[in-house]
Amino acid sequence: MMRVAWLILRKDLTVEVRSMEIVYTTLFFAVSCVLVFAFALVREGRAPEDGAAGILWIAVMFAGNLALGRTFERERQSETLRALLLGPAPRPAVYVGKLLGILALLFGAELLLVPLVALLFQARLLAHPFWLIAILATGTIGFAAVGTLFAAMLIRARSRDVLLPVLLYPVTVPVIIAGVRGTAALLQPELDGGIVRFWVALLVCFDVVFVTLALWTFEPVMTD
Amino acid sequence: MTEIRPGLDFDHVTVHEVSRHFGRRRAVSRVSFVAARGTIIGLLGPNGAGKSTLLAMLATLLRPSAGSIQYGRLQATDAPPELRARIGVLGHDLFLYPELTARENLAFFAALYGQHDAEQTARAALERAGLADRGDDPVAGFSRGMRQRVALERALIHNPRLALLDEPFTGLDEASTMALVSRLRGLRESGAAIVLATHDLDIADGLLDEAIFLREGRMVQSLSRPEGLRSAYRHAMTVQSRS
Repeated sequence: MMRVAWLILRKDLTVEVRSMEIVYTTLFFAVSCVLVFAFALVREGRAPEDGAAGILWIAVMFAGNLALGRTFERERQSETLRALLLGPAPRPAVYVGKLLGILALLFGAELLLVPLVALLFQARLLAHPFWLIAILATGTIGFAAVGTLFAAMLIRARSRDVLLPVLLYPVTVPVIIAGVRGTAALLQPELDGGIVRFWVALLVCFDVVFVTLALWTFEPVMTD
Repeated sequence: MTEIRPGLDFDHVTVHEVSRHFGRRRAVSRVSFVAARGTIIGLLGPNGAGKSTLLAMLATLLRPSAGSIQYGRLQATDAPPELRARIGVLGHDLFLYPELTARENLAFFAALYGQHDAEQTARAALERAGLADRGDDPVAGFSRGMRQRVALERALIHNPRLALLDEPFTGLDEASTMALVSRLRGLRESGAAIVLATHDLDIADGLLDEAIFLREGRMVQSLSRPEGLRSAYRHAMTVQSRS
């Protein structure tokens, strides 16, 4: 299963390196989003308390939605998703491969977004790098796990661009709230390790539930 | 590398009273036939007759609403993923990545199907498609006929036991059509079962071992070793219209 997932990831990265279409649009959108919030909320060099945590996750969420839509649009144009489903590997391997591709894109976007948000909102985001990586990684996996399943399900829906956020955001709101609260906890002058551990543990629970459900439902959803 | 269990090898595919509904719309209704090794079966009928739906069910992409499909003694519903290594599908859409080169497309699908040396397999497939000199060009720059040739090699890259071809002659010039007909005959000689859906009755004439005429999802007639397909088709469709 992992061999096929790796093949799909490698293929997706090769296609993206050739076109750079999703990388450029996702990064441009995420950076624009952060800049707009910075102009709106930062007054005389002072940003609202914990605002940076919310802005960071909004940018990740919007960029993720854009990346999910474009990635599956590519598989729709020549019906190549069907070709992947026709392969002899277990069909959840296709899901894992696509999920890894989305994660690679979102982690790349976060590499740019974290220093940008820290700079514009004067937030101490990089004060606890280990915990920041843990929160971003677990939150992003939870969001992308549901997003990848929904984007695959909607591939043949006519209004897929509208339906994806309509379905995705309500389901992933708990993940985003946990991500925002966990990131906000990192911005406090005194780090409360217990609170941060709680949010990370909650995010890990979401990840386990979402990934398990997605692996379980991917084949029936895609074949009927 | 995908392991093929001996129990997964089959020498015929049995379609028994298969129906498929999409909501209240009936796409295929109670169709039955057997596709044995070394035969070419043609699914013939107008647009919306259910040919592509039937091929999707044979490819395990859709489950029948009623009836059964059996690969040898194995029910489609019990079939493990490895069974799909025995099935090759050429769809109406070509299943190729336009940003990748022909070689990369073929190597990717060869690796997906667990071929030992994906690069070597892709090279051989490009030779068969007559595109060895264009192998490093992105598929986006190919004509429809060239893409169709690459797509056919992609579908057959793992030497399937059952080949399912949806409108394989679309966009091919005369020379490519003749090459494809000869490729299909070679595939039949090698013992594959081939099921193809086509509108090109003139090309299919003399190629098919069995012609199945479909209309509005129903099988209206089946002919063994059909000759004079065009008049048989017209007759089958007229009789159905009157009934």
